Amino acid sequence: MAVVVLAAVAVAFFAVPLIGLLQRANWSTVWTDLTTEQSLDALRLSLVCSLSAAALAIVFGTPLAWVLARTEVPGRALLRGLVLLPMVLPPVVGGVALLAAFSLRSPLGGWLHDVAGIQLTFSTPGAVLAETFVAMPFYVITVEAGLRSVDQRYERAAASLGAGRLEVFRRVTLPLIAPSVVAGAVLAWARALGEFGATITFAGNIAGRTQTLPLAVYLQLETDQDAAIALSLVLLVVSLVVLVSLRDRWIARA
Amino acid sequence: MTLGRRLAVVVFAALCLLVAGCGSDAEGPSATTASNGSGSGLTGSITVAAASSLTEVFTALGDEFRSAQPGIEVTFTFNASSTMAAQILEGAPVDVFAPADAVNMEKLTDEGLVVDEPVAFASNELVIVTKPANPADIVGLHDLATAGVISLCGADAPCGKFAQQALDGAGTVLDESNVTRGQNAKATLGAVAQGDAVAGIVYVTDARAAGDSVEAIAIPDDQQVVVTYSIAVLAGTSNVDAAEAWVAFMGSEAGQAILASFGFLPPA
Repeated sequence: MAVVVLAAVAVAFFAVPLIGLLQRANWSTVWTDLTTEQSLDALRLSLVCSLSAAALAIVFGTPLAWVLARTEVPGRALLRGLVLLPMVLPPVVGGVALLAAFSLRSPLGGWLHDVAGIQLTFSTPGAVLAETFVAMPFYVITVEAGLRSVDQRYERAAASLGAGRLEVFRRVTLPLIAPSVVAGAVLAWARALGEFGATITFAGNIAGRTQTLPLAVYLQLETDQDAAIALSLVLLVVSLVVLVSLRDRWIARA
Repeated sequence: MTLGRRLAVVVFAALCLLVAGCGSDAEGPSATTASNGSGSGLTGSITVAAASSLTEVFTALGDEFRSAQPGIEVTFTFNASSTMAAQILEGAPVDVFAPADAVNMEKLTDEGLVVDEPVAFASNELVIVTKPANPADIVGLHDLATAGVISLCGADAPCGKFAQQALDGAGTVLDESNVTRGQNAKATLGAVAQGDAVAGIVYVTDARAAGDSVEAIAIPDDQQVVVTYSIAVLAGTSNVDAAEAWVAFMGSEAGQAILASFGFLPPA
């Protein structure tokens, strides 16, 4: 009985804010609010940047997860701590760190600008970088767990039957960790979508270039509450869909 | 079970002591005295919501106020005036409000949330800020159109609106894809001082507070915008006397002297 009550409280904790937002929304203006140039720009940027961040997380995170799960590299614990740091760091601090590393005044940023004309701050790629920084750890930790739970006898069997390492990975390992890859990618994508602090600090708040949904909501909050709430609803619905779609996968994993 | 309970009681007691100890420390050296300020002997605590450009000066005013009124504890919250007005309208527990423009004060007076007439207590002006040594050679507002990424406050925050007024007055049109909007005046300046923004428009007092981290380029009088700060006690205050004491302090000689020392002008 106590379990049910506590669980009900937990459900209320999540449901009440969503219900509050739904009843506060001005439904007669929601469509116009979501289709203004500023809103459409923010929606488009958020989609482009978060999907790019998820893609980068997959490309660079999978090998990293492999190293953490399957190799005996010395200092693995430290490496894992480093990789998971952005999860614990306040996002604004992440943004400040990125500024220190990539701003035009930093050695690396200055060099990139002089040699290749690249400026990451105040740019869409910069927003993608900030989002990847905070989102990739979610992917890595999920896929590492997936790799650890794979029964390596299948891989050994395939290898003993003559499959090369890449083929073993492609045809045996990957299908086995597919649920983790999908779950990790979705988590990383959702985290990237909701990123605010690192984005506004590093990539700035430029409409059409770096003003993603969360930044637009923040700006709109003072002037057009209805628009802010409409945009917030989009973010909330997306988050809900992510949570609902992942639930089964998490349970299957366990 | 009993050991657990005993432990919980001990921890709870320890926490209470800790909180009580912290509480009394916050009141400062204890009281030998009475201050000779008027209304001495007032007690309680108030929350003052002020425009972010007032951060340093209000903190200094707070220190001075504390010696005149040791019984009153003043807590500050600084942010864009438009943000705080929105929060107060939503019921944020604030005793005194000091926005950077009349529009945000009117949002509250229109709703009957203000106790007396707002009082103007200081003025400010705008200035262009660039990186130290002005590497982009910015001379005036018209240079901002071609300088690169410019940092301004949000379009609806006072400092953003005033910056736009100044730009309109100078006939300068900025490409929005080159404008990064800061959450408040401090963040806007930060984008120039610590970030990669080439230049920005902020208040004279912000540039002064930032010291050597930025260079200030003056705006000529015919393009300048004068910003007037007003202050008012809010109807939702739980401590009218303390709140009014703070408002009175702004207009006092001591208060005005501190404001002037930070670069603020007398109310326009």
